[in-house]
Amino acid sequence: MSRIAAAFRKCREKNRKAFIAYLMAGDPNLQETKRRVLLLANAGADIIELGVPFSDPLADGPTIQRAAERALSAGVALKDVINLVKEIRAETSIPLVLMTYENPVYKYGEEKFVKDASAAGADGVIIPDLPPEETAGIIKPARAAKLDTIFLVAPTSTSNRAAKIAAASRGFVYYVSLVGITGSKLEIGEELRDHISYLKTCTATPVAAGFGVSSPQDAKQMAQIADGVIVGSAIVKIFNEQPDKAEDFIKQLREAI
Amino acid sequence: MEVPAIKLPDKKGYFGRFGGRFVPETLMAALNELEQAYAEASRDREFTKNFQHLLQTYVGRPTALYFASQLTKHLGGAKIYLKREDLAHTGAHKINNALGQALLAKRMGKERVIAETGAGQHGVATATGAALVGLKCEVYMGSEDVKRQALNVFRMRLLGAKVVEVSLGSKTLKDAINEALRDWTTNVRSTHYVMGTVFGPHPFPMIVRDFQSVIGAEAKKQILKAEGRLPDYLIACVGGGSNAMGLFNEFLDDNINIIGVEAGGSGIASGRHAARFAGGSIGVFQGTKSYLLQDDNGNVLGTHSVSAGLDYASVGPEHAFLKESERVRYTYATDDEALAAFDLLAAKEGIIPALESSHAVAEVIKLAPTLPKDKIIIVNLSGRGDKDVQHVARLRGEEL
Repeated sequence: MSRIAAAFRKCREKNRKAFIAYLMAGDPNLQETKRRVLLLANAGADIIELGVPFSDPLADGPTIQRAAERALSAGVALKDVINLVKEIRAETSIPLVLMTYENPVYKYGEEKFVKDASAAGADGVIIPDLPPEETAGIIKPARAAKLDTIFLVAPTSTSNRAAKIAAASRGFVYYVSLVGITGSKLEIGEELRDHISYLKTCTATPVAAGFGVSSPQDAKQMAQIADGVIVGSAIVKIFNEQPDKAEDFIKQLREAI
Repeated sequence: MEVPAIKLPDKKGYFGRFGGRFVPETLMAALNELEQAYAEASRDREFTKNFQHLLQTYVGRPTALYFASQLTKHLGGAKIYLKREDLAHTGAHKINNALGQALLAKRMGKERVIAETGAGQHGVATATGAALVGLKCEVYMGSEDVKRQALNVFRMRLLGAKVVEVSLGSKTLKDAINEALRDWTTNVRSTHYVMGTVFGPHPFPMIVRDFQSVIGAEAKKQILKAEGRLPDYLIACVGGGSNAMGLFNEFLDDNINIIGVEAGGSGIASGRHAARFAGGSIGVFQGTKSYLLQDDNGNVLGTHSVSAGLDYASVGPEHAFLKESERVRYTYATDDEALAAFDLLAAKEGIIPALESSHAVAEVIKLAPTLPKDKIIIVNLSGRGDKDVQHVARLRGEEL
């Protein structure tokens, strides 16, 4: 069983949902990212998503765009993030998922990326601009390296597509909880509930939801619907703007999920 | 035995190994919807008849194919014909595609269109199409380009469009496209994204090429009438590459030389340019796989060109395919060469070309004198230079 699957199982046993926290690797530098990952792990996060900075993050809102700019000005690239995974893996067994756009991976070499990331101790990968139709270069090496491929289902996905995406996903299926980019305003309503319930009928793989989860209140509501709750922009923002309040905020999120 | 030409792109939107669809899942349904709507519209006689009618009566097509006798005489070599897209309504070829997509958006029941623009010509064309068919319109434009192309910003506002200034990244065309894609991701249910060039995820490179291919179709008829034969050379500038694909598409199976001209900026060695084929490598950017100016880590590099419309880090996937298959030869012209061409065409022919088109004219200046007088060149004069007059004056230290 993969570390990600084990994390979801542990949550079920404890009768709670998975808290998936996102950080931009290298924002503001790699050492600080490592410290934050360990802090998140201690404060009860179940899975960590590590963003790889990219010059043109078209699925991201202003908060994560700026975080990427900070990381890029610190000189951080995909190879450094893979090294960071190795360093973090030496200190904690928390599941680590890399979230990266396709071009850094393509430039690095898709197969080499999968091998190196997996060898460094990464457990999964999310590539938001890589729909299932374009995954030929990733899926096969990922299956061989036992790196979980996490794909995204959107509110606009047809039911047919949603089922196919769920079937190609390992670890968890990422449900995009709003029509928009990261950090947008979230409304938790009927449509969201219906879509996630449908998705759960398609697959035994856990379904985690994210995009726009900005407060413990949002997180709590989302935890009633999905198997996991992903919080990105809100965490990036508090670490950047009010670092002394970050730990409290994370503990509140943990309570809520 | 004759091998039938394979119609590209393939079902997945690929031209050879270039193209495809690299977008967030949220947009996939809209791209499928667009592909289907476009296929239906192309088969719908009413739709194509209306489009043809508007091209004729509103855009002013066919645009002239003009024999530039003075420039020909001055350069002393091959005969030079200009395809006068600068005479199309709004002043550039961009209207052919913008009008087609505005009609398509209306047919799809969308209430709003968005667009990106570099030089402002596609923004103006989209605002025009939106005004004509009755759609709300917002245009994303980098703040650097807003400065360079103040005239076009004002034109868009006159036409009822909202111009959104983008101050992220390099503040030019690529950042405007990022923001337009983010807007589309958010408003995809009500909005159609009018991509301005043969770029982005499938089906955009195909749709834009098809709407622009009227340029080459006309030029072919016109040159056969004027000269009784096909030209020896076609030349067009290549930013994203829509005016070039528009001219080239009709001639790809003919035995003639085809040349695309990229923006050489301050020269390739300076690093300040937008010559993707001369200085780039293959990458995945803004929805498609093509040649890209990028660093070793896959981050997209800043570009430079005196012309906002060519100042872009990547190039249409079909151009990448035509380069790799060696059907088209790609070269570049520097800022200085383009500015010299801008002056020369104005002085010799009384035509002020857009700075983008001036890059194509710069290649003519190099090529024509090396050819015998019975050779024929058609160059796509993709737009007129009124929008650039202020910028060129400023470069020469004059404030207008």
